[in-house]
Amino acid sequence: MPKAPSSRRSADDRWFRLGTGLFAFLIFLLVAAIGYELVKNSRLSIAKFGLSFWKTRVWDPVSGDFGALPFIWGTLYSSLLALLISTPIALGIAVFLSELAPRVLRTPLAFLTELLAAIPSIVYGLWGIFVLVPMVRTLQVHTPDWLKKVPLFTGPPIGVGMLSAGLVLAVMVIPFTSSVAREVLKAVPPTQREAAYALGATRWEAIQAAMRYGRTGILGAIILGLGRAIGETLAVTMVIGNNPQVSLSLYAPQYSMAAVIANEFTEAADNLYLNALIEIGLVLFIITLIINVLSRLLIWRVSREVKVKEPRRVPAVEAAA
Amino acid sequence: MTRDSRRRLLSRTVVGLCGLSVVVALIPLALIFFYVVKQGFSSLNWDFFTKLPKPVGEVGGGMANAIAGTLILIGIAAAVAIPVGLIAGIYLSEYPKSHLASAVRFTADALNGVPSIVIGIFAYGLAVMPVHRFSALAGGIALAFMMIPIIARTAEELLNLVPPSLREGALALGSTRSRAAFSVMVPAALPGIMTGILVALARISGETAPLLFTSFNNRFFSLRLDQPISSLTVQVYTYAISPYDDWHRQAWAGALVLVTLIFIFSALARIVTRRLERMHRA
Amino acid sequence: MRFTRLAPLALGAVLAAAPALAQKQQINGAGATFPNPIYSKWFSEYNKLHPDVEINYQSIGSGGGIRQLTNETVFFGASDGPMTNEQLSAAPGKILHLPTVLGGVVPIYNIPGVDVELKFTGKALADIILGRINKWNDPAIAGPNPGVKLPGTDITVVHRSDGSGTTYIFVDYLSKVSPEFRQKVGVATSVNWPAGLGGKGNEGVSGLVKQTPGAIGYVELIYALQNKLDYGTMQSMDGEFVKCSIDTVTAAAGAAAAAMPKDFRVSITNAPGKGVYPISSFTWMLFYETPKDKAKAKVMVEFMKWALTDGQKYAKDLGYAPLPPNVVNLETEALKRIKF
Repeated sequence: MPKAPSSRRSADDRWFRLGTGLFAFLIFLLVAAIGYELVKNSRLSIAKFGLSFWKTRVWDPVSGDFGALPFIWGTLYSSLLALLISTPIALGIAVFLSELAPRVLRTPLAFLTELLAAIPSIVYGLWGIFVLVPMVRTLQVHTPDWLKKVPLFTGPPIGVGMLSAGLVLAVMVIPFTSSVAREVLKAVPPTQREAAYALGATRWEAIQAAMRYGRTGILGAIILGLGRAIGETLAVTMVIGNNPQVSLSLYAPQYSMAAVIANEFTEAADNLYLNALIEIGLVLFIITLIINVLSRLLIWRVSREVKVKEPRRVPAVEAAA
Repeated sequence: MTRDSRRRLLSRTVVGLCGLSVVVALIPLALIFFYVVKQGFSSLNWDFFTKLPKPVGEVGGGMANAIAGTLILIGIAAAVAIPVGLIAGIYLSEYPKSHLASAVRFTADALNGVPSIVIGIFAYGLAVMPVHRFSALAGGIALAFMMIPIIARTAEELLNLVPPSLREGALALGSTRSRAAFSVMVPAALPGIMTGILVALARISGETAPLLFTSFNNRFFSLRLDQPISSLTVQVYTYAISPYDDWHRQAWAGALVLVTLIFIFSALARIVTRRLERMHRA
Repeated sequence: MRFTRLAPLALGAVLAAAPALAQKQQINGAGATFPNPIYSKWFSEYNKLHPDVEINYQSIGSGGGIRQLTNETVFFGASDGPMTNEQLSAAPGKILHLPTVLGGVVPIYNIPGVDVELKFTGKALADIILGRINKWNDPAIAGPNPGVKLPGTDITVVHRSDGSGTTYIFVDYLSKVSPEFRQKVGVATSVNWPAGLGGKGNEGVSGLVKQTPGAIGYVELIYALQNKLDYGTMQSMDGEFVKCSIDTVTAAAGAAAAAMPKDFRVSITNAPGKGVYPISSFTWMLFYETPKDKAKAKVMVEFMKWALTDGQKYAKDLGYAPLPPNVVNLETEALKRIKF
């Protein structure tokens, strides 16, 4: 006797939930597996060096002495430099496109800035080597001697180095930060700006009000940009100089975590060497995880605040109508 | 100067600076496009698309194997990522409040932010070491790992935008949940989902790092899944850091082809969205 | 974790089912960039003679070649730094070193305004790399080059960022002429460089030197020739300044060839004798003695026989020295040890 339609349906529904759930679970499993593999394959290095791994400058494959300080230094320095350069520009773009631009210009300009995000990192690297680095080298050559004494600008004019890396990363990060910041500004209720204008604010002051309202989201956008810069591999390794040194100078060739992995992974000849590289990968994984979560929490908070505040306004308007 | 006029001057200055920042951002964009098109276009010839690389130091040859390789890798990645991402997205929108859904949403977002080099390390341990070979399949899988979270989250968001009344109507007519999801909800959300897929494809076509230790590289023309395969990104990288002027020339040409490919995906994404939206409205 | 063990099994199943209608034999190898120009020529020519044999060689550096061979992800490796005893014991099987050609490592430089051949003493070169000498007009460099006007430009050292046999040859030589270098840096395919920029492969180093005024680097001769980079002459153990060429490299191998060890692992840097180029070396292809894939082993042995005979003809055009005849004989014997 055939099953009753309702029980057949509930069996189907159960398989549906199980089946789709399985695929969803795969994603969870994937991230857990990545974390597990990274930890498992860096055990030797963690056991041997412990926390001093991150304080030691020496990266010596010959003697088996591995210290990752130069890499984390290079990654943080280049990323923060990129953030310093890109944030004002990205926020300026976000403000311009969401508040100031004439409607006609908005879509094409938004499209153009998003095009920056579509360019693959290898093309940024290619452009970096042949166009940006010679420009930076010319800049370095023409740096006045008194400036060259400042620790930030010491070193021979080779072109590749921290400055080139920071500049390339800045250009790559701009579209990410600006598009998220734009979304945040769009989510700010118009009442904020209207209230500011009603109180006699100038355009900039009204924008400031909107930005203050969405500040957590904007912070989230900036942090998202940071995450992008930290994980970038190819463009950085092509212009940073690949020298594991810790230097304050913008002109000095340095190294980054992702770059050293890309250059030395296929040849890490002994297990300790490989484990040391994977430990760097593990830390990269954890850092980007934290940044990602942090930025999403911050961005999500703005949209949640907006949703909470809206319903209170509507009944008053309806009552008045 | 009165306080008011100072405020107004400040406002006008800042407004000007914002406009300037758009210009500043567009300068590198213009420079990149200018160089890629100028250097690359002059190096594009029939040979580039049909010939294989020549031995080191010899002038000429092309990137036929790299172009084919990139297309194959994208194909493998799409074949793996689209079903997984789509079905996962369906789960997330059908059972949004379950514990699994929250966990998956969190990890999908996390996966999105994982640097591609780390994905490369993982894929090496998973798909290269155990079978003792570099392969196109390993490279495609690494790329798929990067596509899955984008597709899953986009699918979820778009399915959530479809009015629940459609699902309820289907269920009321006696359909199973799976039929309702696959035959009613997904087609309704299709324009957006397709956009998400095309965006994900555009993103991974430009990836190099995860391919370095998975699909490796291949001098010869290969369509096999179980052998190393060339790719535009890895080839452009190899040529760019070399000293040979002819290779530099070819690198620019490869970059142009790559950027064009990504542009096609992005443009398709927009066209598909607009066309299907028009269909739905009609 | 179960996932990480199931997935490779599934992958293996798919790969095993992959089209076996490949009459083409594709063999993958990886390793040194030093011989890449001649290897790529060889594999291309061999493919023209035997269209069903595609030998895909990727120059990822000697360190990479050794590692990937040990991981068995490639069928053969290539290195110009012989494998150490630890590396050999870490491999899952016995590995054979088979020399293919001889080459020389030259110091390349890019000095604005100076387009001549500079003479370098071993000690001066070591001190430059150590960072003790950092301007081009230093007396240690100017001394052997009396007629040349050297500018006060800073010296930028360009070294390898990847594990390299070329590095091995270079630091092997520098360690022989400078005890300080041996102590501070040592000999390996990847060392702790005192200063400088890192380039990937011989290609990357040439590229960086070409683009960086004031730079000095070290590459295999052919890279200097093909890219029209200035390169210097080195002072040999005898005291005279010798230019790297096929004859001077062959001279370096002279003594060693007569007393070739059975496993072919020998260093010929700073060799004594007249007209000897001091930074010379053999370069080796690495094979397992009992490889798992017998079909590939057969093909590669046939290839090696060709490389040791007809292949040697291509060496001179590309700036490599062909192997001395008695080495070829010893190798042909050694090839029989590869079992298939």
